[in-house]
Amino acid sequence: MPFLEAVRLALQTIWVQKLKSFFTLLGVMIGVTFLIAVVSIIGGMNRYMSDELVGKIIAINSFELRQRPSINIGDNSEEHRRELRRRPPIREADIEPVTAVLPPDVRWAAVGIGFLPAESKYQLRPKPVRVYTVTSDYFDIKRMAPVKGRLFSPQEYAHGSNVIVIGQDVATYYFAGLEPIGRELIVKGLPYSVVGIMESQGSVFGQSFDQFIIAPHTSPLNRLVNPHGVINSVMIQTPSSGGMISTMENVREVMRVRHHLRPNQKDDFELQTSDSALEFWNKIKGYLVMAGVALPAIGLIVGAIVIMNIMLVAVAERTREIGIRKALGARRRDIMSQFLVESATLSTVGAALGVATGFGFAKIISLMSPLPAAVELWSVIVGISIGAGVGIVAGVYPASRASRLDPITALRQE
Amino acid sequence: MSNETIEAPLGMTAERQAVVAAQGAAPDKEWIIVTRGIKREYDMGGEIVRALRGIDLAIQRNEYVAIMGPSGSGKSTLMNVIGCLDTPNAGEYWLNGTQVSKMSDDELARVRNKEIGFVFQTFNLLPRATALHNVELPLVYAGVSGDERKHRAKEALARVQLDNRMDHRPNELSGGQRQRVAIARALVNNPSILLADEPTGNLDSNTSEEIMRVFESLANQGQTVIMVTHEPEIASHARRVVVLRDGLIASDDRRSSFVEKLGISAPAL
Repeated sequence: MPFLEAVRLALQTIWVQKLKSFFTLLGVMIGVTFLIAVVSIIGGMNRYMSDELVGKIIAINSFELRQRPSINIGDNSEEHRRELRRRPPIREADIEPVTAVLPPDVRWAAVGIGFLPAESKYQLRPKPVRVYTVTSDYFDIKRMAPVKGRLFSPQEYAHGSNVIVIGQDVATYYFAGLEPIGRELIVKGLPYSVVGIMESQGSVFGQSFDQFIIAPHTSPLNRLVNPHGVINSVMIQTPSSGGMISTMENVREVMRVRHHLRPNQKDDFELQTSDSALEFWNKIKGYLVMAGVALPAIGLIVGAIVIMNIMLVAVAERTREIGIRKALGARRRDIMSQFLVESATLSTVGAALGVATGFGFAKIISLMSPLPAAVELWSVIVGISIGAGVGIVAGVYPASRASRLDPITALRQE
Repeated sequence: MSNETIEAPLGMTAERQAVVAAQGAAPDKEWIIVTRGIKREYDMGGEIVRALRGIDLAIQRNEYVAIMGPSGSGKSTLMNVIGCLDTPNAGEYWLNGTQVSKMSDDELARVRNKEIGFVFQTFNLLPRATALHNVELPLVYAGVSGDERKHRAKEALARVQLDNRMDHRPNELSGGQRQRVAIARALVNNPSILLADEPTGNLDSNTSEEIMRVFESLANQGQTVIMVTHEPEIASHARRVVVLRDGLIASDDRRSSFVEKLGISAPAL
């Protein structure tokens, strides 16, 4: 029996028993729905992570020269951690040689980071806040602007004045209800005057990014966050992604020479790009992908078992019909293909419905959450192909039983 | 056809000659069916049932033969062997000059499709298909294209006067109409033999007469018809009656002597 004929016959048979057919293909439909939805969710999270999240932590087209990576997921062995601890710190003295090899259109900023307890006249319970001591281009590179007040003036940078800008959470905690600008925050006994409040940096997974204060690199706070002459990192931003790699390699060269590294020795400093920060997300993504494979797989396996069972029942019910067809000249392969096409058509229709509901799911998710969940074409193609495949695999045993029926016995059935 | 009386299957008649001549060589195509020493046994839970114990049969083109016998005589088994639904354990069967007794399943299916037209007691139509599609079915398995299929199926339905009902489903047709659809289906591929198994078994007497007239008319048009029945009245419509008993041919008579032997009135021709 030619293929198109068999498909038409299959569709007819399915349509005649709509409800029963629907329940039969439900497993495949659910499996494919999961596939489409999970792929679109993970894709959305991926975009969210790399565009929104990491874009906030690490500015675009930038890399940081650091002693150690700021997020270290990966090699957690004792040996690796010891190696990290042994690394020399980045020094003030490194700034000049490093920035000397940078092309003129590249921006850089030196950053010191610490965690210090702060208090104010209005809030007697001191809390630790994150303290950043930075050079002036920091705000440009990180695209941070004050929502009230101003940033530091060149004189303040030059004199190392006791001025700070604060994050939103610091403003609300220490100066509740009052105007923070012009007032002071006290850190380790010294007062620092607030000149500006920064715009909200948002949060991720519930952790607020707004509990910080920033001071000029030359401020007294710098001595509190790091030992003398030590800084945490140098941030370097190239105007476009093209130049970044070569600039990074130039900096690497300079640092290797300064640290007297031989050619066969690994770097004892970190050049951290958004890629390395994304490693964390990539690891999580790995687990999400596993779940994303497991869920549809379960749905499809269940779907296959259901289809196989229903086809076995169908073969038993239509034994007489099979006998008639064989008596009229149907060969084994005609009967086999008739039932295989039927189960494959059933599961393909289920997969198609699953694509439709998967679309709906992704739409709902993207409307109800910050995730930009969008259906990816490859998941549709894979979903439908696997759906058809499931039907073929599930139908092999029933179809083969049908084809091997003896026509004489089959014709005697009720 | 002469009015010879064949008393016993071992007589030296043309049929017997054909069977003997078939030893080792394919018989003349004028003999549509030649069987030699057909045996068919089943193992029913340890006990061996000998359904056919050695059938020698020869049927010519255009004959109208009834195969009669009580229950257990082996007539259904013989019909299955003739119809290529079953393979004998021993003996040879030549259909239209080709030996089919040693064929594979696929080859037998092809023979059934091209050479045999089945008509069953219970009609055996596909319940969810129209009359037209039911008649098309053998052509589907013969690989005939859609348009030509429709055309030939309509022609077949016209031969049994049912072309006005071709879009009806079986449950919308009377018993007699259903059997006529089955006959049209059996004819659509121009088979060598029309093989009917108790074709009037599920019909009332009037409809039975109607169907027997259809077979008569087909036989007059040159179709070879073989009808299996246990009813002597139905058997006497045929022009030759072969009686089976206990797996062997008990008698093989032309109609006049058959009717005479049984003392029943011959149906009007």
